[in-house]
Amino acid sequence: MSETFIVVGAGQAGLQICDSVRKEGYTGQLLLVGDEELAPYQRPPLSKQFLEGELDVDRLPFRPPNFFEKKDITLMLGEAVGRIDVNKKTILIGTREINFHKLAIATGTRVRKLPIPGGELEGVHYLRTVADANGIKDALQNAKSLVAIGGGFIGLEIAAVARKMGLAVSVIEAQGRLMERAVSPTISEYFSKVHSDAGVNVLLNSAVSSIGKREEGFVITLADGQEIKTDMCVAGIGAVPNVEIAEAAGVECNNGIVVDCFGRTSLEDVFAAGDCTMHENAKLKVRHRLESVQNAVDQAKTVAAIMMGLEKPYEQIPWFWSDQYDKKLQMVGRSKDADEEVLRGQPSEHSFSVFYFKEGNLIGVESVNQAKDHMLGRKMLNNDIHLTTTQAADETLDLKTLTS
Amino acid sequence: MPKINFVEPDGSVTEVEVPVGWSVMEGAVQNGIEGIAAECGGGCACATCHVFVDDAWLGKLAERSDMEVDMLECTAEESTPNSRLSCQIKVTEEHDGLVVRLPESQT
Repeated sequence: MSETFIVVGAGQAGLQICDSVRKEGYTGQLLLVGDEELAPYQRPPLSKQFLEGELDVDRLPFRPPNFFEKKDITLMLGEAVGRIDVNKKTILIGTREINFHKLAIATGTRVRKLPIPGGELEGVHYLRTVADANGIKDALQNAKSLVAIGGGFIGLEIAAVARKMGLAVSVIEAQGRLMERAVSPTISEYFSKVHSDAGVNVLLNSAVSSIGKREEGFVITLADGQEIKTDMCVAGIGAVPNVEIAEAAGVECNNGIVVDCFGRTSLEDVFAAGDCTMHENAKLKVRHRLESVQNAVDQAKTVAAIMMGLEKPYEQIPWFWSDQYDKKLQMVGRSKDADEEVLRGQPSEHSFSVFYFKEGNLIGVESVNQAKDHMLGRKMLNNDIHLTTTQAADETLDLKTLTS
Repeated sequence: MPKINFVEPDGSVTEVEVPVGWSVMEGAVQNGIEGIAAECGGGCACATCHVFVDDAWLGKLAERSDMEVDMLECTAEESTPNSRLSCQIKVTEEHDGLVVRLPESQT
């Protein structure tokens, strides 16, 4: 009997695992199981071009419909996954128990819901799926005002879209600065100004205590008693890794499915990749959980390799991007451990980068409309090319000369 | 529908029809051209949809944006004056017959 690989989770990581095991020469059975009805599709545009109507649903899938047939991948959509029995090596998909030789879990995350009165009211939007995005897109057409609860990437990208459409927009952030978990204070400050200049009412250090529904729209009540009336409300306060099926099977989890740098979980023949993993990065020598395209793609390639018996450690430097108005924010590395930062370019000119150093070594770059710095930063970090703080600050120096 | 020709590194050519308004990258991916990785899905954020535009077509495409020029600094295969990120070429009727060459590698 031929082998069977089952991949649970039909997002970017799940699809990439399937694609990559076939590229590595796997010829056995391959099942890709997802709980949504749509074939694997891109999520990044959902908070950007999709809402603006620039990209419709037909353009979201990663692959054409015939891809799955061509690659002999059995795509099982709209399926709930139940119990995994690691001893019998079976997994319950819908009502069928299916045997596997190797299992990869790429179940991603789900949105964190506001744990306050009104947080689950109908019309309080969250964004994860195309269905969610359609709901927001429709509401944007009729609304004159929007409140984004949470000043992270999702909230800010939607705020930018809404502002461009002419809505009155407020962003309410509980922390003292925007995108606090992801970027440095310099970048947070810059984007606070960008949004304020665009007419967004940016409220920092502001906790929402409740959401009430009125005949026309919502009333958001802040902890200090302030009330904000709005036609529509979107919450983007983070994501929760989907670890339940792994945990129930006995896989070690800790804010994500714990995997080593080869994508192996604590159980034999069970692997995991993508947003749902608390993973080891062999180069950075850290264990963390990331929610990004880069992590999904690169970790999936590592998992595909180990499923084929090839040890290919996960050592890619993380990168990420966000589009807000005409500003492209690009990040590479792990800037939060920095002890020194160097500004290159001017925030007032809307094109600059911040280079981050720890003990004299470059550890990250955050750029706004400065893709070259970002890409060179990626090259330097991935290839251990040394950059000094003096070089980073010297705008007359073409950094490319250091990488070639 | 405009037809776009993708030339593989080995010289073989695949012609695909791409709807007006789509990007050349989308046309490639949706037609199974595997030489285009397009990891970021068209966000001009990953530089893995690199193509070399055929000389005859160079002047007929819209200019590269500064962002695209910057991203092209760090493609897997060294970029040339013919280089484009195919996610940034929006297909129009005038692009019927466009020829682009694929690099050996995107990552």
